[in-house]
Amino acid sequence: MADYALILLGTVLVNNLVLTQFLGLCPFMGVSRKLETAVGMGLATTFVLTLASLASFLMHTFVLVPLELEYLRTVAFIVIIAALVQFTEMFVRKISPMLHNVLGIFLPLITTNCAVLGVALLNVQRAHGFTESVLHGFGAALGFTLVLVAFAAIRERLLLADVPGPFKGNPIALLTAGLMSLAFMGFSGLVQG
Amino acid sequence: MSVCSAGLWRNNPGLVQLLGLCPLLAVTSTLINGLALGLATLLTLLVSNTLVSVSRGWLRPEVRIAVYVLIIACAVSAIELAMNAWFHGLYTALGIFVPLIVTNCTILARAETFASRQPVGWAMVDALAMGTGFTGVLIVLGGLRELLGQGTWLAGAALMFGPHADAWTFSAGDAYPGFLLAALPPGAFFALGLLLAAKNWIDRPVAAQAAPALTADS
Repeated sequence: MADYALILLGTVLVNNLVLTQFLGLCPFMGVSRKLETAVGMGLATTFVLTLASLASFLMHTFVLVPLELEYLRTVAFIVIIAALVQFTEMFVRKISPMLHNVLGIFLPLITTNCAVLGVALLNVQRAHGFTESVLHGFGAALGFTLVLVAFAAIRERLLLADVPGPFKGNPIALLTAGLMSLAFMGFSGLVQG
Repeated sequence: MSVCSAGLWRNNPGLVQLLGLCPLLAVTSTLINGLALGLATLLTLLVSNTLVSVSRGWLRPEVRIAVYVLIIACAVSAIELAMNAWFHGLYTALGIFVPLIVTNCTILARAETFASRQPVGWAMVDALAMGTGFTGVLIVLGGLRELLGQGTWLAGAALMFGPHADAWTFSAGDAYPGFLLAALPPGAFFALGLLLAAKNWIDRPVAAQAAPALTADS
């Protein structure tokens, strides 16, 4: 049990997906202009990322490895993720139109979020078991959401700041992300590995 | 001509569109890593743009995105296998960022916005221009961070160009203490932020000159 808690803590804070592993940066820069959209994107990504690490683990263990098709891993995973995103969209639209309004426009974007494919590939690379894979996916998504929401809140303030001309917009946002990354370095050593 | 300048500078995928940020920041701890991933991305872009442009006549619009993703994924898998066979050292150094070329938004964006509407020749030119622009940013960022962080230049060139390339490596000597921040993740964010600001600063005089000319005409 303690092991699992450590995996979760480690992926959320120490090896944060965005700030130390550089995964999922496109949505991190792209949808962080407003707090509400950031929350929506975070929720949608958490859902898909957890499911995708589960599905890709099953695919890898029970289909690719027995058939010795490991070299098709990239193609297989991206197909799974795309299908999962599509099903999630249909499911959410059917079950809760309100939730669909919130998450709808973010779902298609998740297919090309490298965090989802990245976590699936990392699970294979580190030979994670079933529970570890799912926890790793869930933790990574939590870390992503945490950083995305915090960053969006900072950027809303940043709009009001007086920034030198060439730094307006994206450059200052990147420098801010650098400072956040620096702050997250402080968590290293909290969990070994 | 404008297609080339768009890819190389005006609409550079790395600096202006901010697409493909993950590899841009993740692999640029050394120049050689950046160059290797840049070339792999360039090759993928070339293959996918060509195939997308060829298939644009008979592909049904409803399924086009799925087909594009499959084309890209197949191209990346082939490149991944080739790299593993011939450049194994580089392949291990780049880690999961080789398969992650699939989710580099630049490639899908070029397929959707350019290659699906243009003849094959132009699609290939666009792929070369965009790929070179992206590689250029990777090289600049990688060179900068390597020089600042470790005080070396072209370290590990042998992985790419064969054993004789070891002589190319420049080193500032043991006296250089190394600037750890530049090699760590925060350094990547800072370096790209400064690079973007530099590009804005270079472009500024052009905008200032163009604006008065317009008002004078009207």
